[in-house]
Amino acid sequence: MKTRHLPFAATLVIFILAYGLCYTQFPAMLSTRVIGNLLTDNAFLGIAAVGMTFVIISGGIDLSIGSVIAFTGVFIAVMLKTTGLHPLTVFALVLAVTCLFGAAMGAVIHFLEMPPFIVTLAGMFLARGLAFVLSTDSVPISHEFYGTLQDIFWRMPGKGRLTLIGGIMLVTVGLGMLIAHRTRFGANVYALGGGQATARLMGVPIAATTVGIYALSGFLAGLSGIVFSLYTSAGYSLSAVGVELDAIAAVVIGGTLLTGGSGYIAGTLFGVFIMGLIQTYIIFDGSLSSWWTKIVIGLLLLLFILLQKGLTWASSRGFGPAHRTA
Amino acid sequence: MVQTPTHRAQSLEASAPLLHGLGITKAFPGALALDNVDFVLKAGEVHALLGENGAGKSTLIKCLTGVHRLDGGSILLDGSAIAPRSTQDAQDHGIGTVYQEVNLLPNLTVAENLYLGRQPTRFGVVDSRKMNRDASALLAQYDLHIDVTEDLGSYSVAIQQIIAIARAVDLSGKVLILDEPTASLDAHEVRLLFDVVRRLKARGLGIVFISHFLDQVFEISDTITVLRNGQKVGTCPTEGLGRLELVAMMLGRELEEETREHGKVHANTGPVQFSFKGFGRKGRIEPFDLEIRKGEAIGIAGLLGSGRTETAETLFGIHAADSGKAMIGTTEVSLPTPRSAVLEGFGFCPEDRKVDGIIADLSIRENIILALQALRGWTKPIPRKEQNAIADKYIKALDIRTTDREKPIGQLSGGNQQKAILARWLATHPRFLILDEPTRGIDVGAHAEIIRLIEELCDQGMSLLVISSELEELTVYSHRIIVVRDRKHVAELTGKEITTAAVVDAIAGNQPAAQERAQ
Repeated sequence: MKTRHLPFAATLVIFILAYGLCYTQFPAMLSTRVIGNLLTDNAFLGIAAVGMTFVIISGGIDLSIGSVIAFTGVFIAVMLKTTGLHPLTVFALVLAVTCLFGAAMGAVIHFLEMPPFIVTLAGMFLARGLAFVLSTDSVPISHEFYGTLQDIFWRMPGKGRLTLIGGIMLVTVGLGMLIAHRTRFGANVYALGGGQATARLMGVPIAATTVGIYALSGFLAGLSGIVFSLYTSAGYSLSAVGVELDAIAAVVIGGTLLTGGSGYIAGTLFGVFIMGLIQTYIIFDGSLSSWWTKIVIGLLLLLFILLQKGLTWASSRGFGPAHRTA
Repeated sequence: MVQTPTHRAQSLEASAPLLHGLGITKAFPGALALDNVDFVLKAGEVHALLGENGAGKSTLIKCLTGVHRLDGGSILLDGSAIAPRSTQDAQDHGIGTVYQEVNLLPNLTVAENLYLGRQPTRFGVVDSRKMNRDASALLAQYDLHIDVTEDLGSYSVAIQQIIAIARAVDLSGKVLILDEPTASLDAHEVRLLFDVVRRLKARGLGIVFISHFLDQVFEISDTITVLRNGQKVGTCPTEGLGRLELVAMMLGRELEEETREHGKVHANTGPVQFSFKGFGRKGRIEPFDLEIRKGEAIGIAGLLGSGRTETAETLFGIHAADSGKAMIGTTEVSLPTPRSAVLEGFGFCPEDRKVDGIIADLSIRENIILALQALRGWTKPIPRKEQNAIADKYIKALDIRTTDREKPIGQLSGGNQQKAILARWLATHPRFLILDEPTRGIDVGAHAEIIRLIEELCDQGMSLLVISSELEELTVYSHRIIVVRDRKHVAELTGKEITTAAVVDAIAGNQPAAQERAQ
């Protein structure tokens, strides 16, 4: 196995171990019903985390995700309530808006040479503020098309339901993997994370790639917002607070290096699964406080940071493949 | 591979220039960096470009590769005028560059590095299998058979260097510029690289080779062009050119380096000032005994990774000794941290100037007073006036070439940075100064000055420990030479025993590799 696969392998092992542990305590947890719920409940987080993975691999960060999700929800709810537009039209509209929003942040980051942390922090306040401008109250969505979408599911063997939004997440992860590993854009994202100056010398279009990365993250945050509104049937400006941090946690637990340059979209999916699994366990247990989720996630994050440090240390000591000498 | 034009050129007229710079002129605010320089590179030739730092080598390269625009003159490639606007553009014309620091991405695979931005695609998706196949085939041309799906960063610098060359040649194919490619390679790796260079030369590429190592220049180049102060001193075939002649061209004066005596004949008999008994640290350097006299310069010789730097780092407390004892005069001292060593009057100029030495964004003044301030403690700031006085004193004494002491040190040339680091320690009036590769990567002139400085410091009664890969240099100023091998001190040479040959013998033991490097 190659060194760069190690963090992903660690994530997979932890997921399997954790699932095994859950199974020994609550055999009922190994059912397609639980898996279906895991996918549905974490669909919005998973989609947003895919975008975050691209951003982090490129060496950046996007703090605006949670606010963009909330903005998207409120935007959809208000539009459906006040205009006669079809939800699909509203979806297209909101995706265009969030995509442009991300692109604008990417442009500021690149052309004004500002740190992504600050720019997306500004984006976070801006998006949250815009959501409040649209409505301070929770706006219910009662469009019948929503009902139709919410009723779409595929019954897995064992009575589990793979809902539309769970499916959207899986498709997003699949497309994300394709983009990351099999396109020139994907290679450029990794190149950027490996070193911007070098990437530029090697002919990577830095501006287009940076803008593209944040546009993609904005687009996926918008998609995540749509999924979230399908999940909750409402738009509320105070929802999805801190989702960006959950997404970062999922990305890191998924084995992506926070310093950029290395990571896998598939790892992020399992990062999301691990976080969802902890919540499911707590629900099954019934007596544990939900704050335990945070504690376990905190410990897992620490573990992965230590793992990454260890790997960096090991590779700097030359524990790589044999250096050719002859 | 774009070989056809070069081959054609060769068959038509063997001496037709591949790349021809005519009257290249480049001015920066306040300085004429290149003044009407002609440069002719032929196909199938290795052309060394030499000159002291600031002579205009890098400016010329940057003009040829589109980093800088010309202020005058023109560039002809294969007889037609080009005006590259960027390195990318130059590459498209056929001029590729490989720098000292490998400009590839360690986190991508070897194949991705070779084909970044031009990956073969099928239906809009990268065809990794074809890419990996192509990459293996490409590297096979260089006799490099490695797993191209591994991360680039897992290979040694030499291999990364060859991969960088492979990429540059594949992208450009006519002219290859190698800017200090051997600076961080050991002797064996240099040979590996030179094999590749010869192979490319045979294929008809024109190669520009820039290096501070004169031995390497003589070994690999066919033609040498020397620049000085932005002007061309001359171009001549390497064969028949004497070393002394070349150095004289570079400096515009005779250099004492070439006419030096060998070894300090008289061993230093001053009082023993520092003694270390059974000093060592597990895994880094085996316990050694070392006595250092007042005003003595001790040279440490050995191959890379043999324990030279480790010796210095243990003495200075960077990796504190876990055995033995240290005595200063007759009192025992402990050296658990660099700070304790500094307080005992030690100083240490590390090997990697850029990483461990200078603080690039701070001014020369701030860099110089750093150690002195640390020694006095941060609660007692040195008054600005005194800082200025100290900085000015050393800028003058060591001839640090700068327009003003407030210039960020990162903007100085390597040799001047090295002098500033030296000044940093001299300002603390150390009794014992450790210099790790003080002359690496600096130009010939600064080189000679640093050597002279080492001798002066000894005369003033300072004890020095100097680590250097340049054996001839060591033999000039060392009273004693300690030879290190396999993390052990294996030999000590004094007085008349100090000759390059003797040092090489001691380093080699039964390692033939050592002889190659030192010959």
